[in-house]
Amino acid sequence: MSQLPKPDREQLRAKYPDVFDRPAATRLAMPAMIAGACVVFVFGLVNLDFSPAKLWSGLSQLGWITLMMIPPDPGSSLPAYLSALGETLSIAVLGTTTAAVLALPVSLLAARNIIPSQLLRFPVRRAFDSIRGVDTLIWALVWINVVGLGPFAGVLAIAVADFGAFGKLFSEAIEAADKKQVEGIRASGGTALHEIRFGLMPQVLPVIAGQVLYFIESNTRSATIIGIVGAGGIGLQLAEQIRVLEWQKVSFLILMILVAVAAIDWISGKLRFAIIGQRAIA
Amino acid sequence: MTTAVSILPAPQLAALNDAYRQAVARKRLRMTLAAVAFFAVLIVAAIGAEVNLRTLFTFFGNFVSYFDRILTLEDGTRVWTNPAEWFWGWRKWLWMLGETILISYVGTMIGAVLAFALNFFAAQNTSPAPWLRFATRRLLEFARTVPGIVFALIFVIAFGLGPMAGVLAIAIHSTGALGKLFSEIVENADMKPVEGVRSTGAGWMSCMRFAVLPQVTAGYASYALLRFEINVREASVMGFVGAGGIGQELVVAIRKFYYSDVSAILVTIIVTVFIIDIATGWLRGRLFGKDISA
Repeated sequence: MSQLPKPDREQLRAKYPDVFDRPAATRLAMPAMIAGACVVFVFGLVNLDFSPAKLWSGLSQLGWITLMMIPPDPGSSLPAYLSALGETLSIAVLGTTTAAVLALPVSLLAARNIIPSQLLRFPVRRAFDSIRGVDTLIWALVWINVVGLGPFAGVLAIAVADFGAFGKLFSEAIEAADKKQVEGIRASGGTALHEIRFGLMPQVLPVIAGQVLYFIESNTRSATIIGIVGAGGIGLQLAEQIRVLEWQKVSFLILMILVAVAAIDWISGKLRFAIIGQRAIA
Repeated sequence: MTTAVSILPAPQLAALNDAYRQAVARKRLRMTLAAVAFFAVLIVAAIGAEVNLRTLFTFFGNFVSYFDRILTLEDGTRVWTNPAEWFWGWRKWLWMLGETILISYVGTMIGAVLAFALNFFAAQNTSPAPWLRFATRRLLEFARTVPGIVFALIFVIAFGLGPMAGVLAIAIHSTGALGKLFSEIVENADMKPVEGVRSTGAGWMSCMRFAVLPQVTAGYASYALLRFEINVREASVMGFVGAGGIGQELVVAIRKFYYSDVSAILVTIIVTVFIIDIATGWLRGRLFGKDISA
């Protein structure tokens, strides 16, 4: 077996100066960043009142709570829970659909290929951004002030919160659409509305349908939590049972939510593939 | 210039037209059925959610006037005419906002470390045993599906009121979300370096450390930053259940109808979220180039 010649260190150093003699700034950048991140982390722990004693007692409490959760048992309130779950699903479906219907026409105003004027697009986009910056729970609190406690406030909260998200996603989908069909319609004498209806919509609608289904899925999760502030659905039951420390019911409710979310995932996955074929949506 | 458009003979044209009409009719029927089914679902949902359009129309004015009211100071002037009065509590709010960002930072860090520890077991190509992969995946799924605020509700009872419950809730939720994303990055990693390291007789640990890790760290950091951004929003509502941060102030202001405070706190939250969005976007661009923007 032949031996490789021993590498000459000095020669290598001369040949690849940027590997051997990296400036201190680049060599120290990574450790410095990690150290900085750790310092902020420790500062955070101190500032937020973390202490081992507190953590320990909390963990042992949590252990007790987990033990008391087993086995999950709805007691006599299973029918009430099922109807609350139905309410949650209704909130998700209705809120998402309302948001999509409202966002579609407005999103046209935010798309570059429809409104070329930056002046008009900019405020629409910032409005979408601001609406998205406010959490669904906050919208729920606002709507409760307006229409009172109950699932209807939840529907409106999800509709408003998703309006911002859909506006952005739809306008991006519209901007990504192929220009050729639109030009074809214009060449055959179509008006601006014809261009949108026959040139853009057939391209955009499947993408939008996929996004709406995906949001219904993720809103099932959001709809479970807006109940916590009083906007109906299973979250209301969950928050109540946690407050009165009925742990077996709590674990049952959590299981119900997990099963419902998994079921909706599965259904909407099937529907999505049926609409847009086997490719992943953006 | 004239061009002759060739016209097919009538029987051929009729056959083509028939075929076309049939194809379109089938498509239309399917569309109609789907639309009918969808509307049926909507109506059932509307009954389930106690939708009452009359309430909406009666009270819609309230929704609009709500924004009018939160933009009016107590002396009846518009908020922007007197910013000092509008943001009278800015010291306290900035402090709370800082706490919110810290909660989300510490939560994201803990979540990222836990996800880092777990993701190699969850990825198809690096998991040492199938049962371990199954168990890890179910665990991550559980952490991801239960909403963060539900964890916060339970932790507030176990750990007491305060930011600690919020941090832990965010940490668990981030572990679930990041664990899945991290393991997907690992599944997309090139396996040739792993074979190279294994052929030198290295164990599982060394394979992960020297073959997989160098490929995936950039993706990890990018996703962790993205998660931090999402967690700031999440942390801003943790206060609703008593788990620390600015949400506490906001919920008090909304419930007690301190109108101008509501808009002031909302503005500070929105501005902070904007700034953090832009800052993390810039940081990701600087650190990892434009290509990893997912």
